[in-house]
Amino acid sequence: MSEYVKPLPKPSPTSRPFWEAAKKHELRLQKCGACGKFIYYPRDRCPNCFSDNLSWQQVSGRGTLYSYTTVYRASTRSFADAPYVLAIVELDEGPRMTTNIVAPPDKLKVGMPVTVYFDDVTPTHTLVKFKPT
Amino acid sequence: MSLKGKAAAIGIGELKPAKEPGDLTALGLMAKVSAEAIADAGLEKKDIDGFLVGMPFADPGMIYPASAAEVMGLVPRMLNVVDIGGASPAGMIWRAAAAIDAGMCSAVLCVVADLNRAGDQRPPVISTQREFEAPYGNIGANCGYALIARRHMHEFGTTAEQMAKVAVDQRKNALKNPLATFNDKELTIQDVLNSRMIVDPLHLFEIVSPVSGAAAVVVASPEVAKRSTNPPVWLLGAGECANHSSITYAPSIVESPIKYAAETAFKMAGLKPADMNLVCPYDCYTITVIVTLDDAGFCKKGQGGRFVQEHDLTYAGDLPCNTHGGQLSFGQPGLAGGMSHVTEGIRQLMGRGGARQVRNARLGYVNGNGGIMSEQASLVLERRS
Repeated sequence: MSEYVKPLPKPSPTSRPFWEAAKKHELRLQKCGACGKFIYYPRDRCPNCFSDNLSWQQVSGRGTLYSYTTVYRASTRSFADAPYVLAIVELDEGPRMTTNIVAPPDKLKVGMPVTVYFDDVTPTHTLVKFKPT
Repeated sequence: MSLKGKAAAIGIGELKPAKEPGDLTALGLMAKVSAEAIADAGLEKKDIDGFLVGMPFADPGMIYPASAAEVMGLVPRMLNVVDIGGASPAGMIWRAAAAIDAGMCSAVLCVVADLNRAGDQRPPVISTQREFEAPYGNIGANCGYALIARRHMHEFGTTAEQMAKVAVDQRKNALKNPLATFNDKELTIQDVLNSRMIVDPLHLFEIVSPVSGAAAVVVASPEVAKRSTNPPVWLLGAGECANHSSITYAPSIVESPIKYAAETAFKMAGLKPADMNLVCPYDCYTITVIVTLDDAGFCKKGQGGRFVQEHDLTYAGDLPCNTHGGQLSFGQPGLAGGMSHVTEGIRQLMGRGGARQVRNARLGYVNGNGGIMSEQASLVLERRS
């Protein structure tokens, strides 16, 4: 079993609910009670209207592939197992996320529907990735 | 409320970048290039009463403005680190003019020095990037610009050949620049497209090379500008905007805040893009130039690829662009890379372009770009006859 060498997220008090949900294979985001927008990445105040009336809700896990790139030469040693696909997914609920797409790059197209895929990269950390629907 | 004509660039200094840092230090480069710029301005060190400095990637946290001022024996009446990424140098020019206009100082040294080398990219310092970007492999700038390029190709039909042309035309300019790192061989479109694919769709020759170097500009009040032996290059307009840091959170990844920064700069100057004799857009990647031109209004939004294809971007062409070769051929000396666009714009407008002098160079547009098309600082500069 090889050691996981890539950077792992260090949750903050603000973001902890997001990462704990991911570990349970749930995609949960904050929703602003004032303007109704969903928020990513986790914040203390709504980046749209600045309200602090935020509550965590489960979202659909569906989105579209807003853009992607296949990284052939990584800029750090920790990602020497390139190639990998780095992407922006636009969730159906609105926010965009930086993520990886777990699929062969030649199968990908901008605009294609994608579904969340929880990658348990270590016993303690789960990353939120996506696959073509 | 306007900065139009309130200050002028009167002196420049620029070091030829070094491929390897060796024994160089950021502070050493800073002092060397500052001395060059001050002498070029026709001033003495004691005349400098304003100081704007970039925080080198190589010495983060160490170079507070007072520390760097102390190293060089400066006594500024206005001092700041300007920290808007690659846009910092362009951002310094209007900040210097504003401080001069406010009566705080009369001769501002704007300087950036940095060491940069190929090799392992440092992990991000900003906590949100460490948490939400780095785990997926979005470290450094390559991925962000590749994402922009992919989407620009998808939305507007921009082609790989159009992107490659930016590197090709700018390399022709670099051949006439003794300071450029890559100034010995022409590039063809095929050379660019055959170069190694790094982050699809960006090839190696579409990406800046890290080098070490420094550059500086002295910005002066109209009173001090009278003492300069160089023709002063006046600031006519400036604009600035940032609407994201990581590209994922930008309102649109193909339309950058340049739209707002350029609009403000041209409005302040009372001019249009078509009035410019030359452009110096920050070019960490080929796509950066294309997005800059179509955001700044040189063509319709999204048409930047076709625009660079249809125009001759060389110093002798119909839209001279980055006549120093751009950072793509000059090299990117860390944060000082952004100053190369400012110094080249000033150099051309002063009539000191040498073998690559643009004819009738009277008006220039400079854009400073930071992060992933994040911070933007646009300038309109004029040489008065």
